[in-house]
Amino acid sequence: MKEYNMILKEKAKKALHKKAAYGSDLELSASVSDQKEQPLESLDNLDKRIKEVSLLSGMITDETKRSGSFYQKGDSVIYEKVQEAYSGKVEIMKIEDALQKHSWLQEYWWQMVPVDMDKYTAQVELLGRGGYFIRILPGAKVDKPIQSCLLLDESGSSQRVHNIIVAEEGSQAQIITGCTVSPDIKNGFHLGVSEFYIKKGAELTFTMVHNWAEDFHVRPRTGILVEEDGSFINNYLLLQPVRSIQSYPRAVLAGKRSKVRFNTIVYGQGQSELDLGSLIELKGSGTTGDSISRALGTEQSNIIMRGRLKAYNNKARAHLECRGMLLSTEAVMDAIPELSVVGAPEADLTHEAAVGPVDEEAVEYLMSRGLKQDEAVSAILQGFMHTGIKGLPEILEETLSKIFSNMSEKVI
Amino acid sequence: MLEIIDLKVKAGQETILKGISLKIPKGETHILLGPNGSGKTTLLKVIMGMGSFQITGRILFDGEDITDLPLDERARRGIGIAMQKSPVVPEVTLGGLLEMIQEKHGNGKLEERIEALNCHYLLKRGVNENFSGGEMKRSEMLQLIAQNPKFVLVDEPESGVDLDNIVVIGEALKSLLKPPREIDKSRSALVITHTGRIMEYLNADKGYVLVGGQIVCSGNPWDLFEEVNKHGFEGCLTCGRCSHEGV
Repeated sequence: MKEYNMILKEKAKKALHKKAAYGSDLELSASVSDQKEQPLESLDNLDKRIKEVSLLSGMITDETKRSGSFYQKGDSVIYEKVQEAYSGKVEIMKIEDALQKHSWLQEYWWQMVPVDMDKYTAQVELLGRGGYFIRILPGAKVDKPIQSCLLLDESGSSQRVHNIIVAEEGSQAQIITGCTVSPDIKNGFHLGVSEFYIKKGAELTFTMVHNWAEDFHVRPRTGILVEEDGSFINNYLLLQPVRSIQSYPRAVLAGKRSKVRFNTIVYGQGQSELDLGSLIELKGSGTTGDSISRALGTEQSNIIMRGRLKAYNNKARAHLECRGMLLSTEAVMDAIPELSVVGAPEADLTHEAAVGPVDEEAVEYLMSRGLKQDEAVSAILQGFMHTGIKGLPEILEETLSKIFSNMSEKVI
Repeated sequence: MLEIIDLKVKAGQETILKGISLKIPKGETHILLGPNGSGKTTLLKVIMGMGSFQITGRILFDGEDITDLPLDERARRGIGIAMQKSPVVPEVTLGGLLEMIQEKHGNGKLEERIEALNCHYLLKRGVNENFSGGEMKRSEMLQLIAQNPKFVLVDEPESGVDLDNIVVIGEALKSLLKPPREIDKSRSALVITHTGRIMEYLNADKGYVLVGGQIVCSGNPWDLFEEVNKHGFEGCLTCGRCSHEGV
């Protein structure tokens, strides 16, 4: 194990200056904060302003509606708890503790994301602290969501986390995770490596909400392995301004009949540079994939929506959909769908990409039913961005409604 | 209820309507006949306040001049339209739109009407998204019923639909204009028809023939329809039985 770790460190060191394949290149500080945060007895003890931003990222303090919670502030894990009713069904802990507890976890460590992918994965390996380990035990049906929040509370600070999520055979669960900053924070960066292992017949829905600050850089790195009859749904919401995000999760459908769906909702504001997408590799027989993106570009935002489907099996089927609306003459939007078939002539891959304005005829039609112009635009924008994400906390639904209602004023 | 005075409409350089005047009193249904391109749909759109046209003349509704009133204000005053070709709005479900309409106009429970118009299975779909001709017309009727307008504009409700759907749509229009229990006799309508089939369901009071942007004939709608069937619309220009003035 030590030897394996040495190899990882060596690889990471060599990749410390390796640029990423996509996104603007960042010169990152290598400094690590020594600040230690005190653990919490209860999520209710969170500072009021922190509580508010956490809520907007889907983290609720009423834990009766959750099966378990994880909270990391800066580099310190301040809360981790599995509700009693879910003991024996779910494990939640800091990644370092999980590696100590489960020696087998080493086999999952940097398996779906290469440690030397780029300078950001390298920094996570060499300087990383914290991140969560969430495991849903075999056969467990977890009816209430598991929640986690990763928060930065200091301007100029950084977070480098490594998360591992294992949905064991036949398990079912939903995770809502928020990545956010406290209200007065201006700049900083977040690097997050997440590796998902969806075992035979397991079903996992993972909803990630990103709420950052205007001068913040984010580089998530995600890999997902889905085994036979496994199912993984990834919902991603970006609703606040950010300086830059580049993310390109890769899902490998290895097992027969395994499936994945990416739903991405992006609201580009300010001078946000957003380069988002996903790669689905369909390897098993009968595998299916969907990658659905909706983006709104306002102000001077610059959005790239990527997506790639890669089929290796004749009985694979997948669809990619990138749709965007540009609501500003200063915003830029690119939709880049890619299909790739490797030696599987019967594989069925399709894509659809469209960038356009709000349809004036549709607005007029709704107005002929008595809706005011802003109500009509808001209804269209809301419907446009709604890709069927279920189970969002009410507060997030409300936030989405408010955002669309405000946005309609910008369109008119 | 509705009065149009010397309405002239241009789209860019093209003159579409050349001085239309007509009156539709409370509780009456009037029929509009005319060849393709004569300006029938434009007239309905202009009354509703849709599209970008240059307009002169006046449109009065319940005595109020609504010529410059925004579209949504007209809808809230009680004017409703069922379009011949309505746009696809994939972002809004039919069920969602009906809820919004009901919030605005509050026309009680719609379950029976949804049933009668066989629209259950369409409620979760985007408005007009992959709807057939019949589905689109039934959805239009349902929206109108939810809207509960005082004045109804209907553009070729029978076009592109099969006979079964004409019956469903015709019955819905009939009950909208003349409710069975005659609770509300005040509803008026202007209906465009090409085939005349929809007239079997309407107790229409008056008809107009619109040719080249002008009303060239008016009178009993069945008589007009018969004349048009016999002599075509061109016959209306030469028959001389009705004056173009004051129709």
